[in-house]
Amino acid sequence: MSAANNPTGGGTGPEPVAPEVTRRGFLRGTLGAVGGVAALAAALSPLKDIDKEDYTLEKFLQKHYKEMTPEEMKKVLARIRKEVEREYKLSPHLRDVKPIDGVQFGYALNLGRCIGCRKCVYACVAENNQSRSPQIQYIRVLEMPRGSVDIERGNHHYDRPTVPDEDHYYMPIQCHQCANPPCVKVCPVEATWQEPDGVTVIDYDWCIGCRYCEAACPYWARRFNFTKPGFPRDEAKSENPCGLNPDMAYLSNRPRMRGVMEKCHFCLQRSREGRRPACLEVCPVGARKFGNLLDPDSEVARILAEKHVFVLKQEVGTLPRFFYYFDQEYPRDIPLSAFKTSATGPALPGTPMTGGEA
Amino acid sequence: MKEYFRFLGRCFRVSFVGDWRYQLWMLVLTFVVLLGVNAYAKQFVHGLIETGMTDQVSWGLYIANFTYLVGMAAAAVMLVIPVYIYRKHELHDLVIFGELFAVAAIIMCLAFVNVDLGRPDRFMHIFWRFNFPRSMLTWDVVALGGYLLLNLHICGYLIYCSYRKRKPHFVFYIPFVFVAIGWAVSIHTVTAFLYVGLGGRPFWNSAIIAPRFLASAFAAGPAFIIITLQIIRRTTAYRITDEALALLRNIVTVALAINMFLLGCELFTEFYTHSAHMASTVYLFFGLRGYHALVPWIWTSIAMNLVAMVILFLPLARSLKYLNLACVLMIVGIWIEKGMGLIVPAFIPSPLGEMVEYKPTLNEILVCLGIWAFGLLLYTIFVRVTVPVLSGRLVSDQVETSGAHPARSGAS
Ligand code: SF4
Ligand code: SF4
Repeated sequence: MSAANNPTGGGTGPEPVAPEVTRRGFLRGTLGAVGGVAALAAALSPLKDIDKEDYTLEKFLQKHYKEMTPEEMKKVLARIRKEVEREYKLSPHLRDVKPIDGVQFGYALNLGRCIGCRKCVYACVAENNQSRSPQIQYIRVLEMPRGSVDIERGNHHYDRPTVPDEDHYYMPIQCHQCANPPCVKVCPVEATWQEPDGVTVIDYDWCIGCRYCEAACPYWARRFNFTKPGFPRDEAKSENPCGLNPDMAYLSNRPRMRGVMEKCHFCLQRSREGRRPACLEVCPVGARKFGNLLDPDSEVARILAEKHVFVLKQEVGTLPRFFYYFDQEYPRDIPLSAFKTSATGPALPGTPMTGGEA
Repeated sequence: MKEYFRFLGRCFRVSFVGDWRYQLWMLVLTFVVLLGVNAYAKQFVHGLIETGMTDQVSWGLYIANFTYLVGMAAAAVMLVIPVYIYRKHELHDLVIFGELFAVAAIIMCLAFVNVDLGRPDRFMHIFWRFNFPRSMLTWDVVALGGYLLLNLHICGYLIYCSYRKRKPHFVFYIPFVFVAIGWAVSIHTVTAFLYVGLGGRPFWNSAIIAPRFLASAFAAGPAFIIITLQIIRRTTAYRITDEALALLRNIVTVALAINMFLLGCELFTEFYTHSAHMASTVYLFFGLRGYHALVPWIWTSIAMNLVAMVILFLPLARSLKYLNLACVLMIVGIWIEKGMGLIVPAFIPSPLGEMVEYKPTLNEILVCLGIWAFGLLLYTIFVRVTVPVLSGRLVSDQVETSGAHPARSGAS
């Protein structure tokens, strides 16, 4: 095909085929290489600010939570303790709390009582050592217009001098610890999984930060550490200047790092040791109920049996373990008798009934 | 084996040689790559806070570009099919340019996925605990990795054979070519399923997304190749026939028409049924509750695609000038459609109905430009090396040819 094609040019276009290594060429090559390396070094200069503790061999070799032997877990916990001591000047009570046999946690929230004060939101932040700046919160409280459970109509940023507002009700949303969790299914590295007690947890040392789970969650329950979590420091205090909660567990509220996912875990550092979640304890009106779904005498189990509970977005099929119910007359200012209808079926006030009317 | 390394060495050296236009082009690309590296270094240290992404819009430009490039990568098959199935052997060499582009595009894809990770240092975890077959992302890793290897093998083999002046043995490449054709469809489909499989994002829950992916990629990909082929024809002595371009034009025309048809189907389903799930679509096309950042983008994209389609259907497209215009319109139009039109709106409003818009930061844009420049740099080098090999001007010294080889004289 080309024997006739004279490689040294001869009118075939401006296309030198291979370099002739001359002294000049060599000099140019060297200059080019030096310049290239210098430019690359300049481009990489931001890397000098890197936190070297973040890239140790020990961390690189750390195994997935489920593959660690108890011995290895001990070592990892010791390392984390040291890090927390160095970074936050506090010696944490850090351990790996295991799920209890025969327990499946469930949550029930009484929408008829919730007043939208957001105390749960902040109790959670304090208990679970979420980043204060940028702020990460696991619980979102929506202000909902009466007569609708369509969360698209909720107001996320209501700001009133006093709550509750008469024309609204309030709907707190956090991770629903789905029994069929899409977030777990999509994680490419199995960094997040469902524990036997129904709590979906994340191994912060394993997550690669792809945020696929965040896209998959229908309840917007997951939060990403877009940067290293920040805490204001009270320099006057020599111990625990950042005000962290020292009661920590590996899979729950130990301090997180940049670039990993986190979310509500039903305060497993508390609940697995018989205490109740922080959001529940702080609620001033007792709208929150928590317990073991498998124990028929627990408060949640009784609510599930006796109240008309519902779950959000049932149609997406995730089977939440977080239930909502109203236990007051609804809406509050209309007597229940207004809803008593004839055998043609129920209707809300203002909704014209179609057919069946005498 | 030794001969093979010598071949790689010579390719490496050839890639630094060219006229001033080539040198300038490479210099500019290198500069942009370095800008990108710098921006990424910042992001690596401070985290994804350097981007415009938030918990609400948790995927942005990176994933959008990734999606677009997966499509471009698969476009290589559009050149392969007529050559091998309809035996249009005169187009044989062009396949190589398409597949080389696929290689560059896949490398860009992998780069985009990597810069999107919050912990790129833990990338290896994907091999230690591979959530296959449950996670679609692991399917994508398999699909993209396999496609990269297939294409590297096919073009590497064909080019090396040409270098050694051997006749390629069909056993070593025809089966791979056919596997690659099927595989190209799979990279799209799997990437589409990445989104379609998320039940909590109604905007993506449409079976039509995978076919639309294919259609738009088969428009944008060959459009890109039409333009590259002309550049090759202009700047090198390599002969590319008008017939080849005409074939590509036909492919592009049909693909674009199908893409527009599918878009119409989707719009009808969304708007006529008027379901509660159309919030994201309304936001994308008309704005929602006073937010409308994406509206100008999507209409620009639709206008570009429509104009391109009109040009392609008119006899006008026979003139290369208009054909090129149509191609550029399509490449950009489909980029917007895939990026701003497919990825971002799925996050707005959020699953809890919150409206948070997405605005990429400069740093993020620089990273994207850097990756694109890197991909173009790679592709330029590939083409730079391939052209003299295919036209028989760069051949192994172990082959008897009439030409002497200046490259011989260098260091080992
Ligand atoms: S609410 Fe979201 S994060 Fe929680 S288990 Fe369900 S899908 Fe996962
Ligand atoms: S962000 Fe982390 S937990 Fe979520 S899918 Fe990715 S690797 Fe898994």
